[in-house]
Amino acid sequence: MKRLLTLAILSALACAVASAQARGGSQARTNASGDTLIRNATVMTASHGTLPATDILIRGGKITAIGQNLKAPEGARVIDATGKYVSPGIIDPHSHSMMDGSVNECTKSVTSMANTRDILNPTSISIYRELAGGTTAALLLHGSCNSIGGQSTTVKLKWGHPAADYPVPGATPGIKFALGENPKRSNFNIAGLGVAPRYPATREGVEETIRDALTRAREYKAKWDDYRAATARGEKNLIPPRRDLELEPLVEVIEGKRFVHSHCYVSDEILMLMQVADEFGFKVRTLQHVLEGYKVASEIERHGAMGSTFTDFWGYKMEAYDAIPYNAAIMTRHGIVTTVNSDSDERARRLNIEAAKTMRYGGLTEEEALRLVTLNSAIQLGIDNRTGSIDTGKDADIVVWNTNPLSVYSHPELTFVDGEILFDRQADIARRPALEAERKQLEQAEPNRAPLQGGTPPRTPPAIRRAYTDDDDDQQQEGEDNQR
Amino acid sequence: MKTARLSDFNFNAATRLAVLLLFIIALGCLSPAFAQDTDRTDAQMTNTPLPTYVIRNAHIVTVSGADIDNGSIVISQGRISAVGASVNAPAGAQEIDARGLTVYPGMIDLGTSMGLQEVPAVVSTDDTTELGDINPNISTIWSINPSSSHIAVTRVGGVTSVLSLPSGGVISGQAAFINLEGSSPREMSVVPEAALVVNFPRIGGGGGFFAAQQAITPDALTARDRRIEELRRLLRDAEAYGRAEDAYRKDPKSVPRPAPDLKLAALVPYVRGQRPVIFRAEREREIRAVVRFADEMKLKAIIIGGSDAWKVTSLLKERSVPVILDSVLNLPLREDDAYDALYENASKLQAAGVRFCISTGDAGAHVRDLPFQAGMAAAYGLPKDEALKSVTLYPAQVLGVADRMGSIEQGKLANLVIADGDLLEPRSNIKFLFIGGRQIPLTSRHTILNDQFKDRK
Repeated sequence: MKRLLTLAILSALACAVASAQARGGSQARTNASGDTLIRNATVMTASHGTLPATDILIRGGKITAIGQNLKAPEGARVIDATGKYVSPGIIDPHSHSMMDGSVNECTKSVTSMANTRDILNPTSISIYRELAGGTTAALLLHGSCNSIGGQSTTVKLKWGHPAADYPVPGATPGIKFALGENPKRSNFNIAGLGVAPRYPATREGVEETIRDALTRAREYKAKWDDYRAATARGEKNLIPPRRDLELEPLVEVIEGKRFVHSHCYVSDEILMLMQVADEFGFKVRTLQHVLEGYKVASEIERHGAMGSTFTDFWGYKMEAYDAIPYNAAIMTRHGIVTTVNSDSDERARRLNIEAAKTMRYGGLTEEEALRLVTLNSAIQLGIDNRTGSIDTGKDADIVVWNTNPLSVYSHPELTFVDGEILFDRQADIARRPALEAERKQLEQAEPNRAPLQGGTPPRTPPAIRRAYTDDDDDQQQEGEDNQR
Repeated sequence: MKTARLSDFNFNAATRLAVLLLFIIALGCLSPAFAQDTDRTDAQMTNTPLPTYVIRNAHIVTVSGADIDNGSIVISQGRISAVGASVNAPAGAQEIDARGLTVYPGMIDLGTSMGLQEVPAVVSTDDTTELGDINPNISTIWSINPSSSHIAVTRVGGVTSVLSLPSGGVISGQAAFINLEGSSPREMSVVPEAALVVNFPRIGGGGGFFAAQQAITPDALTARDRRIEELRRLLRDAEAYGRAEDAYRKDPKSVPRPAPDLKLAALVPYVRGQRPVIFRAEREREIRAVVRFADEMKLKAIIIGGSDAWKVTSLLKERSVPVILDSVLNLPLREDDAYDALYENASKLQAAGVRFCISTGDAGAHVRDLPFQAGMAAAYGLPKDEALKSVTLYPAQVLGVADRMGSIEQGKLANLVIADGDLLEPRSNIKFLFIGGRQIPLTSRHTILNDQFKDRK
């Protein structure tokens, strides 16, 4: 009973804190429903260079004008950005935020029926922390536990909105594939851990698993095509094929209606997947991680896949041992649309710095570096018609920075998503004393006394997703957590 | 634990006889090969002669004093022999023209396990963690792999010296302070046994909805306190062991030689406050417990981790306990912490006058990111010059090696990085590198693979 009471009070505390953090957002929303004029900023467009002393007009959630001496419409909020920089919102092409640990449906080698969209948590604090790092959109991917994983969701980080507002309308759906050590469970099928081995356990087995699933999907598609053709011819009393939720998304893959985002590391498995895709008549949309992409950049370019990599995260397992920080630059120079992703709720807070490192590692220009986390991400997700750069007519997904976002000394001051200010550093700082006071008050409430003073031990929230989850780092990170 | 309870003994004349009877067995000379803190990067420790260099036309960020514009540095015998606006270069010195470039002291990371772990997922390449709880007598200097690919990858990023820490257990072992140059641990070693690493006993630690609830129980508290008490007794035993050894050395004819005990022997310099003890502690409660314990035991304590250090600044300053912050880029500890709580931690320590330095806390592969972690602290309030000090002079001071490195001053080791821009900026490029007075090629596993594949058609 006492426990229930404590739980109730702690839940109330959690709600109070969450709503207090969201409060700033909802206030801002009221203001932001109107128009905004950002004045006199250095604007890094990501599409057409850096514009000095430039104004940006936001109306109805869109960028409606870019230029000098723009007139503020009646009632518009005017932000003086003199001395500040503006960039497009960062788009993270490999994220597991909002998934609260439900990243891997790991029980089968093909789980194309599982959909990340069903489990998104719009109150995950990671969303806010990422907005505070200038990230406004992300590709939420299933994990890499199996050769063919679940369906992905392309979202904007609409903090304070319900989950249904997060998916980007009209974004091409996607699915996760995975190659190498993770789907073959190399670092998990450890004798003595009681983990049952699961097919496949070799990289050739991964190839076969994918080929088998695509073959079944092709057969399934043929049945439906026959059925539809017969129906169209006016044949009566036909029995439709039984729906198969596993194969439906794979049919979309073969038809080019669903993007394949494939986790991969070493060069031969990259070549393998592209060859299988060629045989089934589709293009791999993005190679994810693709740490050895630099070894087969020409082949990737010829197949037409894009690459989404880490800048300099390497060496954490054998298949990441040949990773080099020059990868993004080499793929870019080979004409591959390349991005840098986080795969981590931590790194997703500072992708601008990950992008900046490619200026050192491979000599990309400022604009090329910025594109790795903005326009190129939008292209990979098929949403570059609406976001990813500062261009008239695009969604107002915009970050105002204290200085050049490719400088290590930069931090976001304002983050707009669809014209709404969803992060405001000054407002965040201003809220802190009130939040602290509220927290103290709740902590001193009678049922929240310390355990040794007769109180019930506090319940902590469920384990928050660790920083690195997609990978086998799961277990490593756990080990580290246990040590700390 | 097999350690004798020596702390119960009083080494006055009356008990000497009893002690003599107890410790009658003579022992061989216990002289650990690295017993002396010697400077292994001295010229005589290496195989090839050290050239003399003069760096000219450089902007010099000395870190310890004012910047020097258009200055020169002379490197000879592995050290900085002259620095200033104008210097007398010895005849035959090799000239480095650093026009348009800036010279910085090499960066130092006190939170690594460099050379102990090559690929974390490959268990056979991991020597960070020994079995057992009490391992003061193991030293990482014995197993640092001088051929680890992490070493060159790290130094071409401007990090020239690191502390390589063991992990695991309560007393993990002794950490080695090394330069990232040399073909044997001996050549790399600066202070072979530089610090003792202790995971201060704490309650629980794991996540999970029910784990924490089960962890904070009177039983768990008792268990933690028992482990702290065991640690306390062990350290008291080491004090007594040291006294017994001293007494024997002073009067070997009438005082018995204490029975050899490698664990206690290893602890003696630490319990005497001659070398620092690094305690891992993140949360406020743990930090306070460590400071209290170190005070009681008169240890020279350093805290590593320190996520909550910003909450304890007055205590840390008052007790002059420095902090190795290896958590700048960690996610905040609590869901309702400010989003920038850990970015800002360093600036709060600096403003409060707490001694601190910044570390990546990375085993090896990502230690090269050290400047960017310091830069992130600067993005959130730490003054830029302080951010630079937090990865150069401050770590040297925290470890007690600032007499030898950490800044550009005459007589210090020539660990120098020459860059074409701000050392903490990712876009800057490192153009020259000196460690222990040797010019180091700017190549690594990564540059080699880059050269091999970048133009492949």
